[in-house]
Amino acid sequence: MYQYNDKDQTLINERVVQFRDQTERFLKGEIPDDKYRALRLMNGVYVQTHAPLLRVAGPYGLLSSKQVRKLASIARDYDKGFCHFTTRQNIQFNWPALERVPDILEELASVQMHAIQTSGNCLRNTTSDQLAGVAIDELEDPRPYCEIIRQWTIFHPEFAYLPRKFKIAVSGAKLDRAATQFHDIGLHLVQNEHGEVGFKVFVGGGLGRTPVIGQVIKPFLEKKHLLSYLEAILRIYNLYGRRDNKYKARIKILVREAGLAKIRKKIDAEWALIKHKLELSPERIKEIQEQFRPPNYQLDAVQDTSYADKLANNADFATWVKHNTAEHKIDGYRAAYISLKAPDSPPGDCTESQLDTIADLADQYSFGMVRVTHRQNLVLADIKQADLFDLWQKLDAINCATPNIGKATDMICCPGLDYCSLANAGSIGVAKEINETLDSMDYVHDLGDLKINISGCMNGCAHQSVGHIGILGVDKKGVEWYQVTLGGSSENDAAIGERLGPAVSKQDIAPVIKILLEVYLEQRIDEDEPFLATVRRVGIGPFKEKTYATN
Amino acid sequence: MQLIKDKQITQDNWVYIVDETPLKADYIIVSLVRWRQERNQLSKIKHLGLRLEPDVELEEIANDLSHFQLIELYFPVFTDGRAFTHARLLRSRYGFTGDIRASGDFMRDQVFYLNRVGVTSFELNDQENAQQVIQSMHDFSVDYQESVA
Ligand code: HEM
Ligand code: SF4
Repeated sequence: MYQYNDKDQTLINERVVQFRDQTERFLKGEIPDDKYRALRLMNGVYVQTHAPLLRVAGPYGLLSSKQVRKLASIARDYDKGFCHFTTRQNIQFNWPALERVPDILEELASVQMHAIQTSGNCLRNTTSDQLAGVAIDELEDPRPYCEIIRQWTIFHPEFAYLPRKFKIAVSGAKLDRAATQFHDIGLHLVQNEHGEVGFKVFVGGGLGRTPVIGQVIKPFLEKKHLLSYLEAILRIYNLYGRRDNKYKARIKILVREAGLAKIRKKIDAEWALIKHKLELSPERIKEIQEQFRPPNYQLDAVQDTSYADKLANNADFATWVKHNTAEHKIDGYRAAYISLKAPDSPPGDCTESQLDTIADLADQYSFGMVRVTHRQNLVLADIKQADLFDLWQKLDAINCATPNIGKATDMICCPGLDYCSLANAGSIGVAKEINETLDSMDYVHDLGDLKINISGCMNGCAHQSVGHIGILGVDKKGVEWYQVTLGGSSENDAAIGERLGPAVSKQDIAPVIKILLEVYLEQRIDEDEPFLATVRRVGIGPFKEKTYATN
Repeated sequence: MQLIKDKQITQDNWVYIVDETPLKADYIIVSLVRWRQERNQLSKIKHLGLRLEPDVELEEIANDLSHFQLIELYFPVFTDGRAFTHARLLRSRYGFTGDIRASGDFMRDQVFYLNRVGVTSFELNDQENAQQVIQSMHDFSVDYQESVA
């Protein structure tokens, strides 16, 4: 994992001093509200229903056990004992006092963490695949490039005041687990016909009010041109992105209004002028790659026989392994998901004592590292098969072993009315009701892979438009209603969900979900046809009919 | 109006002349509209500056830059970040070596960035403490990117 050098550390230390001064000046009335707002947002501080919310950067989702322990102590000392993992691999605290945010930043800086550019109209945290470096379908580890991009984005002097926020994601595997096509820039590591590895570049994707699938702007970009090409895109966006209407300010709108061909031409023209100046040398790439070297795997891990025994003799363990672990590129290892989707707790929340235990488990079993997934769970990526049983028991003891990864109850859910001042709907409550409807695990497993995403308003923080089932809270004359969409996906087969029909009322939403699932079970060819495939094959017709017939 | 130039507090000799008012000053800044209309007359002025608004297309004035000792980048609102790109390109692409000045609604907390992209002078509001603004240019002693200054 990347370790800060003196320069990295100096920079975040100086940031703490700067933000402390900005906050003190604000509290003394020396900075007007609108200006401080921009400054605090660039440091991840929103002002919400109850208190400020602080969003801490989780660089491409990778955290050390030491960092996780620090999150636990911050949750204890400055918050109400928990934090929330977001869809962009960041960490949110819901209750810090504004005056104490600088102290929190100082604590974070002591473990090489910060909240720089986690909000605001600037270059945001770069996200990636939670299985980076261990996935069996990976061409190359994307994290070194994420780190190179991270450094480039931090306090970039030219791009600190963009028309709107700007998000970049990098994937190095065949299966896109990082929703790259829904980012302002998505990068896929790919191989060209000469066997060289470079990037396929997508531009103009995004979620929110106007979900758009990114388009390929460059089918193959040599690695050495990574930063110059990003710089060219950002420069064109900074100059020509709309600033008259914040809902039209994302690069997706610029691409749509100008057309891809014209934007590509502009970007290429800009790029031609700068590409020689900003080349990434192979040595620089190597230097960063060195920091992501594989840990010391035990090559005899696969010899262990206890694992097969336990699988054969403990059905609950076998179920957990089946649903909550993933294949690893090293024989004898698996990646284990930590489910933050227990039926009785808000999706993505994690308590301080869970965090402490997770840090210990990471030290004990997984080289001291934890990853955050974009579906709001965690991963211990390097577990020896011989350790899986112990790990499972220990995760179960802290309510983190619900065997539901990628299943109906592994919902992405935004904070909604519970915390967010923009919300129309209590998303967390809806998730809870759906959980109560789907109370049998066997039923959940029978439903197979299913992504349900719930956002409390049009901003779409929970990616409802790319959920296999998307649920969106809308306000109708002060009453909560829910708009349902079907057939979205954020993976390689990216798609935006189609509206089922008129919005349904709060008391109907959980029953409607139940109906949709029943229709799926009736319609699927067999158990191997997942929900999304059935929706694509039969269309929304049968789902619509059943839903509105009974309502 | 206070002015910071090259990190020093100084007296501002320059005056922005509103369009269609007489050009009565020694150091004159004019708008792009006026420059385009009165180019012949204006090019005879010894100390001439040009004010650019964020919607300018730099390419269109690239060949005129030699007429100006100063380019003023005016911020109608502090959130409009186009001037950051303009400053950088004026320096690195168009080779402008005169003074680049920020004016308008920019804030102290932006001068670190502005300084890095090549802005050399800052017009301040009366409320602002010039010493602290200068200090803010040193908020960070390290950085990651190529830049002009
Ligand atoms: C309660 C505090 C929150 C507030 C006030 C908030 C506000 C917003 C707003 C205004 C947008 C729309 C931006 C746009 O359309 O350009 C947005 C988008 C987004 N938010 Fe949140 N959000 C909050 C919490 C969260 C949480 C907890 C998550 C993760 C679970 C999250 C993840 C996202 C994502 C992924 C997007 C969409 C990204 C895109 O458009 O590409 N937000 N948020
Ligand atoms: S989707 Fe809306 S309600 Fe939910 S967190 Fe985002 S802004 Fe708030």
